[in-house]
Amino acid sequence: MHDLVAITALGGSEPQVDTVGGVTCREVPAVALASVASRMGQEASASKALAKLIGAPTPDVGQHAGETITAFWAGPDQWMIEAPFETHEDLADQVKSAMGDTASVTEQTDGWTRFDLNGDQIPAVLELLCMLDLRKFDAGCVARCSIHHVGCFVLCRSPESCSVYGPRSSAGSLHHAIVAAMRSAL
Amino acid sequence: MTQNNRLSGGQIDRNTTVNFRFDNRSYTAHPGDTLASALLANDVRLVGRSFKYHRPRGLLTAGSEEPNGIVELRTGNRQEPNTRATTIEMFEGLEAQSQNRWPSLKFDALGVNDLFSNFLSAGFYYKTFMWPAAFWEKVYEPIIRRAAGLGSLSMEADPDEYDKGFRHCDLLIIGAGPSGLMAALTAGRAGADVILADEDFQFGGRLNSETLSVGDQSASDWAAQAVAELSTMPNVRLMARTTVIGAFDHGIYGAVERTGDHLPTLPAGKPRQILWRIYTKKALLCAGATERPIAFENNDRPGIMMASALRTYANRFAVTASQRVAIFTNNDDGHRTAADLHAKGVHICAVIDVREDAPVNYDYEVLSGAQVVNTKGRLGLTFVEVALPDGSTRTLECGALGVSGGWNPNVHLTCHQRGRPVWNEDLAAFVPGSNLPVGLTVAGAANGVMSTQGALQSGMDGAVEAMELSGKLPDLPEAEDAPASQKPFWYVEGCKRAWLDQQNDVTVKDVKLSYQEGFRSVEHLKRYTTLGMATDQGKTSNISALAIMAEVAGKSIPETGTTIFRPPYTPVPISTFAGRMKGQEFHPTRLTPSHYWAKERGAVFVEVGNWLRAQWFPLPGETHWRESVDREARQTRASVGVCDCTTLGKIDVQGTDAAAFLNRVYANGFAKLAVGKTRYGLMLREDGMAMDDGTAARLAEDHFVVTTTTANAVSVYRHMEFVRQCLFPDMDVQLISTTESWAQYAVAGPNSRKLLQKIVDPDFDISNDAFPFMACGNITVCGGLRARLFRISFSGELAFEIAVPSRYGDALMRRLMTEGEEFDVVPYGTEALGVMRIEKGHAAGNELNGTTTALNLGLGKMVSKKKDSIGSILSEREALVEPDVLRMVGIKPVSSEEKITAGGHLMNSAGPVDAAHDQGYVTSAAYSPILNSSIGLGFLKDGANRMGEKMRLVSPLTDLTVEVEIVSAHFVDPEGERLRA
Amino acid sequence: MIINHPLLGPRDSSEFTYLGDASLIDRPDWQAENAAEAFYEYGYLRDNPAGKHQELWFHEAGDRSWLVVTRDTTTHEISKVELARDLARARGRSK
Repeated sequence: MHDLVAITALGGSEPQVDTVGGVTCREVPAVALASVASRMGQEASASKALAKLIGAPTPDVGQHAGETITAFWAGPDQWMIEAPFETHEDLADQVKSAMGDTASVTEQTDGWTRFDLNGDQIPAVLELLCMLDLRKFDAGCVARCSIHHVGCFVLCRSPESCSVYGPRSSAGSLHHAIVAAMRSAL
Repeated sequence: MTQNNRLSGGQIDRNTTVNFRFDNRSYTAHPGDTLASALLANDVRLVGRSFKYHRPRGLLTAGSEEPNGIVELRTGNRQEPNTRATTIEMFEGLEAQSQNRWPSLKFDALGVNDLFSNFLSAGFYYKTFMWPAAFWEKVYEPIIRRAAGLGSLSMEADPDEYDKGFRHCDLLIIGAGPSGLMAALTAGRAGADVILADEDFQFGGRLNSETLSVGDQSASDWAAQAVAELSTMPNVRLMARTTVIGAFDHGIYGAVERTGDHLPTLPAGKPRQILWRIYTKKALLCAGATERPIAFENNDRPGIMMASALRTYANRFAVTASQRVAIFTNNDDGHRTAADLHAKGVHICAVIDVREDAPVNYDYEVLSGAQVVNTKGRLGLTFVEVALPDGSTRTLECGALGVSGGWNPNVHLTCHQRGRPVWNEDLAAFVPGSNLPVGLTVAGAANGVMSTQGALQSGMDGAVEAMELSGKLPDLPEAEDAPASQKPFWYVEGCKRAWLDQQNDVTVKDVKLSYQEGFRSVEHLKRYTTLGMATDQGKTSNISALAIMAEVAGKSIPETGTTIFRPPYTPVPISTFAGRMKGQEFHPTRLTPSHYWAKERGAVFVEVGNWLRAQWFPLPGETHWRESVDREARQTRASVGVCDCTTLGKIDVQGTDAAAFLNRVYANGFAKLAVGKTRYGLMLREDGMAMDDGTAARLAEDHFVVTTTTANAVSVYRHMEFVRQCLFPDMDVQLISTTESWAQYAVAGPNSRKLLQKIVDPDFDISNDAFPFMACGNITVCGGLRARLFRISFSGELAFEIAVPSRYGDALMRRLMTEGEEFDVVPYGTEALGVMRIEKGHAAGNELNGTTTALNLGLGKMVSKKKDSIGSILSEREALVEPDVLRMVGIKPVSSEEKITAGGHLMNSAGPVDAAHDQGYVTSAAYSPILNSSIGLGFLKDGANRMGEKMRLVSPLTDLTVEVEIVSAHFVDPEGERLRA
Repeated sequence: MIINHPLLGPRDSSEFTYLGDASLIDRPDWQAENAAEAFYEYGYLRDNPAGKHQELWFHEAGDRSWLVVTRDTTTHEISKVELARDLARARGRSK
C-alpha cells in the first residue's frame, strides 16, 4: 500500500459541502472512472460485455444505467464507467479485463471532479448553468454541456438528485459557478 | 408630501406610502407607481434637458418607448444612466437624478444652445467640426462630449451580480396584454408548455390603462383574474419584468428579467438582472402598439404628452399631469382620453381634432378641423394656441396637452431577421410582413388588430394555430369592438421648430433639410440627423419621419422605405450581457495538481491560457525575478529540479490502427516505434506549416499517449478527431483526452535519476541501461501507487517525466521535495523552463507560430516522404523550400553586456535598415545563467549557412541596435551527452 | 442557431466549433501525379455559395462528433445534419 495522501479537487482533505435553501452541493471524490470506447467492428460485442459488467442493458444515447458499477453514454460507442473508489481504485484494469479486445479502456478517475446536487429545486439551479432542456432531463438521462465555459457531464439520477462532472483542474471555477447559481436561484 | 395630482381609483397601493428623491428633493409615492407617475403625482413636469439644445423636457409617454424622461437611477457605484422614468418601479428610498443639465435642471447654462439652433441643424457636427483635423481629439471632442450626450457613468465597477439562464418552452408569448393573456389562457388550459413574458411589473398591458369592460368585469380585473388562473397552471411560467429583446435564429429569443431593479437593496447573492436565452418551438408576438405624436410648433414643452399616456396615468396610476388638460388628435382614440380624464374630474379645456367630422361631445368642447399651432410655457406648458377652420386663432390655458396621431404596431421583433413590415393604409401604419422569424406569429395590436375584442380573439387564434389545438376552446369574453377611425396627419404645416425625435432633437425641418442635401435613403437620414438613435431607437418618431420623407420625395411611405429594427428592443446594461463572466470569473481557471503546494511556497503565478502555472519560486532575500529564475535554472543543471508540466495536453490513442493513425497526423514516422519507447513528433497543418509538437509514448502495441503543447491541447484534439472521423473513418482508433487525469512532473538534472530511485518502487529498474533515453513505461511509486515514467527532456539534462493520478500529485510533489533535500532539489517555474529550453534550442510556441515550416525549424528531414501524412505535400511548395528560406538559429550578443530582444529584426552588419533588407527576426530571448549572456532563438534567411556571421539586431520601435553573432541554436550540450547520461 | 444533432437532437450552435466547407473531407490522394495541384485546390479553393452550403461543425461541448450541416447561408435554414463519419464513408473514405 502506498503512502501518498490524496487531496480533493478543491484542494481539501475532506470533500466540500455547501447548502443553500433546499439544495446541497457535495464534492464527491470517492468515485473511480474509466472510459470505454468500442473497437472498430466490435461494437456489438463491446456492448454485450459492457452490459454484463454493469448488470444492466448498455445505456443508449444520452442515458446511464447500472448499480454498483454504472455506465453513462459519452459519445458514439463510448461510455464512462463509474464505481466506488474504495473498492475500485483500479477500475480501468477491471474494465479492461471485462471488455477484453472489444474496447479501448482509459483510466479517467482523476480526469474529472464530481459535484452531486440534492434537493427539490435542482432545475432552478441548473437553468442558470447550462442550456439543457430540463423538461426532458429525467432520471436516467445524461448530457454533456458547457457550464460557464467548462465542459461538463450532467447526470440526472432522480428528480431530486443529479451529478455534475467537470474537468478536475477547473473544479474551483465549476464549484464557484454552481454555488453562485444556488445562491441566485434559491 | 403633497401628491397634488392624484386622482381617485387606480391600481396603486394607497395604504402604503414610500419615499423617494429626485434631484435631491424628497417626495412620496405608492407601491404600484413608476418614477414617472410618482413625479407627475407630485406635480413635477420638468424631468430632463434635451440632447443637443438642452431644451426643458418632460415625460412624453408611460412606457418603454419614452424618449425624454431618462434619468440616472441610484447613486454611487450603482448609478445607472439613461434609465426610463416610465419603467422604473417605485420602491422605498429610490433616488434618481435628471441628466444633461448644468448647473441645475431649471437653469441649464447650455440652454444657450437653443438660441443658436439655426447653426445646429441636421448634420451640424459633420459640417462644423471638419477641420483642422488636429482639433478633433483635443478641442472638439471634449466640448461635444460635455455638451451633448445623455447620462454619466459612475466610473466605478458595478458591485452587483448578473446571471444568465436558459429556458425551453413550446410557446413563448411576448406581451401580456389582452391578446397575450388570452393566448396564454388558451394554450395553458390545453396543457401546452408556455412562457408568458412582459416587460411591465404588472401583467395586463393596456387593459390596466383603460376603463373598458371585458366580459362583466373591468378590463384590469379581468386581467388580474386571468393572471391568477395562469399562475395556478404548472405548465405556464409567468415572467414579469421581462423584456424579450431579440428574436434570433431557429426560435431562440433573448430576454432580460429585471429581478432586482425594484428592490431597495439586493439580497446577498441575488442577481440584479438575468439574461435569459429562451428556446422555443413557437412564439407569439403580442407586443401591442405604440401611440405616435403629431409634430407642431414647440411641441416639446413639459406637459405635452401622448394622449394614451395621460390615460394610463389617470386610470392605472390615478395621476393627472395637470388639472387642466387639452387633447390634440387625428383619431377617435384621443377622445377616449378626454372622456376618461373628464370622468375623473379633470377639466378638459378642449379636444382639438384635425378632422372636420370629429365626434360630438356635450361634456366638453370639441374643436373640429382645428390644429395646435404653437404652445407657451418656459419650463412647462401654460398655453396652447389653436388654429380654427375659419382661420381664427384661440388660446387655451392648460397644463397638459395629450397628443394622439394614431398607433404603430410594435413590429420590432418581426424584423430581427431582416423581415420587412408592410404598410397598411387603413391604419396608416406598418404591420408585420410575411417574412417573419421561423416559428413566430403575431397577434393583437402588434398585428394591426386595434380593438380589445379583436385582440382577445386574435390571441386565442394565435395560440390555437401555433400549438395546433383542437377541441373545445375557452369562451371569449365580450369586450369593446369599435372600429378605429383616423385621418393620417403627421405634422402641422408652417412650423419653424416642430419636434419629431425629442431624444435627439430632430425637427420636421431637419428631415426636410437632410433630404434636400441628398440623404434620400432612410438609413442615411438616420445617420445624418441622428433620428431614431439612442435609447428609444425612435419608437415614437421613426414612422413620422418616414412620412415626412415620403411627402418631400413625392412618394408613398412604403416606396420611401422602412427602417429595420435590430435587437435589443430596449437598452440592456453591458453588465447583463457580461453576466458572471467578469473579473476573476471572466474565464474558468485551471489549477495544476501542485498548485496548493506552490502557493504555500510563495510561487509567482502566470496565466497560460486558462491555466495558472508557477512562473518562479522566489526565496527570501531575492529582490528581482531574475535572481530566482537564474538560481532555478542553475541549480537544475547542477543537480536536480522539478517542474509541474501537467498542463501539456495528453491524448490517449488506442486501437489496432493507432500507429497507422499517428503516422498520418505526425510528419515523422511512428509505425516502427517500439513498445516502451517515446518519440518526438511534429504535426503539420495541411498547408505544410507546423501546427504543434510533442511526444508520443508507446505503452502497448495498440496504445499510445500523445502529448501536445499546453496552448494547443484543445485544437490538436479537435484536429485529431477530424482526421479520425472525416478523413480515415474506418481506422480502428479511439481518442480520449486524459490531460487532467495525471499529475505530471518533469524531474531534470544530473541527479534526477538518483532522486527518482528513492521513490520508484524497487521492482522497477530505471538505470540508464534498463531505462535509456526516450524509454517509457508503467511503474509504481511510494509503495504501490500506479504511475507512468517517461525519459524525455526539454531542458537538455538527464531528465524524466513522472505521472501519478492527479489526486496524489500534491503529495508526490511534497515527497519529491523532501526526498530531494539531499540533492538540493529545486522547484522551477515556467521562466526557468523557458530559459533552459532556449539554451537547448528547443522550439516552442514562439517558434511554432503558424508561419513556420519544419524546414524553417531545422526539422525538415523529419517530414517523411514515404508515407501519407497531413501537410507533407504542401510543405514542399516552391516558396517554402527555396534555398534561402528562414532557418532557426541561435543569436548571442558580441558583447556579453548587451541584450537580445525578442521581436527584434536581424540586418546585415552594413547596409540600410529597412523592411526590404530584413534578414530575419528573433522569436525567443532569455538570459542564460550558465553562459552568463543574453541569448536568443530566431529565424534567419539561409541561417544554417551563416554560422559565425556578425549582424545587427534592430528594433526601430525601441531604438535598439545590438551587434550579434549567429550561432547554433543548441547553446548547451549540442551533442546530447547529458540527456543520455 | 440550433443544430439538430443526428444522435442528440436539437443543440445550441454555441456548443459547436465551426471548421468550414465539408469539401475538406475530400482529401486528395497523396500519391497521385497531380498531388501538389490537387492539395493546393483542396487547401485553398472554396465555393462560397449564397444558398445551401455543406459545412463541418465539431460538437466540442458535446459528444465530440464531427457533423456535416447543410445550411442556407442567406437564411441560416438548416436542411440536413449528418455524422461526418457516415458521409465520409459514403464519399469513399476508409483508412
